[in-house]
Amino acid sequence: MTSVSMTVNGKSVNADVEPNTLLVQFIRENLRLTGTHVGCDTSQCGACTVHVNGDSVKSCTMLAVQADGSDVTTIEGLASGDDLHPMQTAFRENHGLQCGFCTPGMIMSAVDLVKRNPNPTEETIRKELEGNICRCTGYHNIVKSVKDASEKMGG
Amino acid sequence: MSVENGIGVSVKRKEDQRFITGNGKYLDDINKFGQTHGHFLRSPYAFAKIKNIDLSAAKTAPGVVDIFTGADMTADGIGGLICGWGINSKDGSPHVAPPHPCLATDTVKHVGDQVAFIVAETLQQAKDAAELIDVDYEELKSVTDVRQAAAAGAPQVHEEAAGNQCYDWEIGDKAAVDAAFTNAHHITKIDLINNRVSPNPMEPRAALGEYDPGTGEYTLHTTSQNPHVARLLLSAFVGVAPENKLRVIAPDVGGGFGTKIFLYAEETTAVWASKRVGRPIKWTADRSESFLTDAHGRDHATHAEMAFDADGHILGFRVSTKANMGAYLSTFASAVPTYLYATLLNGQYKMPCIYAEVQALFTNTTPVDAYRGAGRPEATYVVERIMERAARDMNMDPTELRLKNFIQPDAYPYETPVIMTYDTGDYPLTMTTAKDMIDYTGFAARKAKSAANGKLRGIGSSAYIEACGIAPSAAVGSLGAGVGLWESAEVRFNPTGSVTVFTGSHSHGQGHETTFAQLIADQLGVPFESIEVVHGDTTKVPFGMGTYGSRSLAVGGSAITKAADKIVEKAKKIAAHLMEASADDIEHSHGVFSVAGTDKQLTIGEIAFAAYVPHNYPADLEPGLAENAFYDPLNFTFPAGTHIAEVEIDPDTGVVEVVDWAAADDFGNVINPMIVEGQVHGGVAQGIGQALLEGVVYDDDSGQLLTGSYMDYCMPRADNFPNFRVETTNTPCPSNPLGVKGCGEAGAIAAPAALMNAITDALGKEIDMPATSEKVWRAAQNA
Repeated sequence: MTSVSMTVNGKSVNADVEPNTLLVQFIRENLRLTGTHVGCDTSQCGACTVHVNGDSVKSCTMLAVQADGSDVTTIEGLASGDDLHPMQTAFRENHGLQCGFCTPGMIMSAVDLVKRNPNPTEETIRKELEGNICRCTGYHNIVKSVKDASEKMGG
Repeated sequence: MSVENGIGVSVKRKEDQRFITGNGKYLDDINKFGQTHGHFLRSPYAFAKIKNIDLSAAKTAPGVVDIFTGADMTADGIGGLICGWGINSKDGSPHVAPPHPCLATDTVKHVGDQVAFIVAETLQQAKDAAELIDVDYEELKSVTDVRQAAAAGAPQVHEEAAGNQCYDWEIGDKAAVDAAFTNAHHITKIDLINNRVSPNPMEPRAALGEYDPGTGEYTLHTTSQNPHVARLLLSAFVGVAPENKLRVIAPDVGGGFGTKIFLYAEETTAVWASKRVGRPIKWTADRSESFLTDAHGRDHATHAEMAFDADGHILGFRVSTKANMGAYLSTFASAVPTYLYATLLNGQYKMPCIYAEVQALFTNTTPVDAYRGAGRPEATYVVERIMERAARDMNMDPTELRLKNFIQPDAYPYETPVIMTYDTGDYPLTMTTAKDMIDYTGFAARKAKSAANGKLRGIGSSAYIEACGIAPSAAVGSLGAGVGLWESAEVRFNPTGSVTVFTGSHSHGQGHETTFAQLIADQLGVPFESIEVVHGDTTKVPFGMGTYGSRSLAVGGSAITKAADKIVEKAKKIAAHLMEASADDIEHSHGVFSVAGTDKQLTIGEIAFAAYVPHNYPADLEPGLAENAFYDPLNFTFPAGTHIAEVEIDPDTGVVEVVDWAAADDFGNVINPMIVEGQVHGGVAQGIGQALLEGVVYDDDSGQLLTGSYMDYCMPRADNFPNFRVETTNTPCPSNPLGVKGCGEAGAIAAPAALMNAITDALGKEIDMPATSEKVWRAAQNA
């Protein structure tokens, strides 16, 4: 067992974990933050995307011990209290989700995308979302959601 | 009068709040006190005899609670999985349904077949213990390709199925078709492969079984599209427990697309074993297991011939299909290439006669069953590919050939030669709408511009029809279905005027919590926010047949409407009493009950309160305001439309860019246009995925699955698609009270043919799906 401590959604957490514990396992099983999902085992689908020190990371590709000392944000920590993040609102307003399983990862990736590209074109959005798979929406309304949010985020 | 958040309004979805904040409750998010973890040891071979299983080392491994094999299940009287639809061969003999044990007993028949179930304190311990199980296999020669399975001397997957044949079925009038071909001016022939695909809902399948020794009750949480059907099968056929001692819960489910309809070995084993170990057991598939065990879709090899007169009118259609069933018959597998496929081979056309024969075959592959569209995409692919080729053969514009042959809007009800009675539609309108949307007449100029840039441009159409809203119970019963296909609902007013709607439909992305609430908001005038839709729990919901075949609104929604009608009838009597009038004089409009010719009125909320606090109440009425209804549809519904694809191909790389897409669909009345558009987007994307990128591949020699992860199986990404143009035309469906037809499968049904026809147009030659860049590049080099 190895001791890890980090800040998750603004709260300090620490635990003893097996060294091979993935960050996503730590988030889901130790912290019971089940909004971060696991959709594959080859780091392709992006359902597990979270922010580590402000950058989007697939939490299935990172060990919990590698995140030691980091500042982690999951989908549960994106809103400020009852005030949704503009990306969350945009997904709802533009019907950017159906079954909802890929949505947390998609939203976390999209927030990072807009941070790096404040005025993304449709083409940029489509290319940047390559690491997140959605099987329901055909991406049409996801692209629309991200564009809408980027405008509201003051890009 | 239109109602706020009522029918026809693009209301934002109720369910989104929990999904966008990470508060959805999917199966793997649920944990129980004392929970153990299950893991399946799976066959590494496509076909092998099991000579011995040695569990001794594994049973004493750290954390292992117990390990089960097929022998344990057999000893406990647990049966295998069944197929719920009987198909008879041409000679009248029933289809061959070999045993389908949850855990293999003496042979394994596909890679991934379940061999043992390890239950341990942690998942890692269960996986580690699986490594210690010593299975002595004798590998056998396998067969995975459906055409090879039919060949003489092919390995025999089941002793019971000579020549690997499950059934050899036919429909239509062979003699009439033979005569039509004799008199034909022109005959077009085609051979097509409808590639095998993996449905890939983003949430992997999972199960959580538990047993309460105090009540003798089992509870199974499972990723199901139809929990009541799972309960029925587990109880009546597998024999886990009687229905009244078995609760099945399908919580938030992350996509289904058909593959979560079926009862699988994993949830069956987990719920059975939970009593044996005396603790809850959770199993969650990893993606590799999903590829190995989620029922696949399609996998047809078809030869088709169409006969025309000198004017291009269809005279007859002849189709012969080999359908791959995989290693075992999945829950509804037998119906897919028969009654869900060949009955739609009439397309949107006036076809005087049709004859189709379908041979279903077993192979050493993952079972194949319904995948979004289920049979209808395969039918559309055959009809629309051959129409396109015929038009080219006869030097006609493909859309003109279609328009020439369409059933006309005044011809309904229209009886096809393959047992369907189309009820309504306007096929010329949907086609001309789609052509306008994509500027069909401007295509030649766009093609020239692409050519100037060294690119090949193509355009292709697909005029599809589907039979959905499944289905009238008597009709499907006469065709071999083992179940009725009604739906049930309860509309329950609470004393304070809010409403809980219980539905047997199951939402796994379709937005039922919103659409069904709109129905009640509209009909009963209850504020949208005060309506809760409950689904997915056999203990809460009276009954249900679940969600598939685009049936939720047409059948499930109609059941809700019927229950609401009963509410209105009762409320009228209460209102009459409270307002001292005759019930015959009470008029109702969107939840307001008034006495005709007066200004007296009561709202449904006031009536509900009186029903639960019946201090002043009609003597002959029961208190309460809650009504149940079962709805059995009168007919299938027949959504139809035209999709037109436009592609640009780089001949140097073989990359196909889908540059434009026009979808004109007739779904009948639309309750929530936003949700309907979303369903079309998703369906089209899956259809494009099948045509362009996806394909399950098995190694011919070893039978190994070569596309077992997202590294090997090409899932469509955001940059594979254009924005989609989506419009609806509307001829209300006459056979259900809502006038709706269903929209969930249309895109997946229409898209593959449209895209492949566009690629054919660009290349000037035909290739099979998936049109990977390598295949397209080769074709372009030899053009």
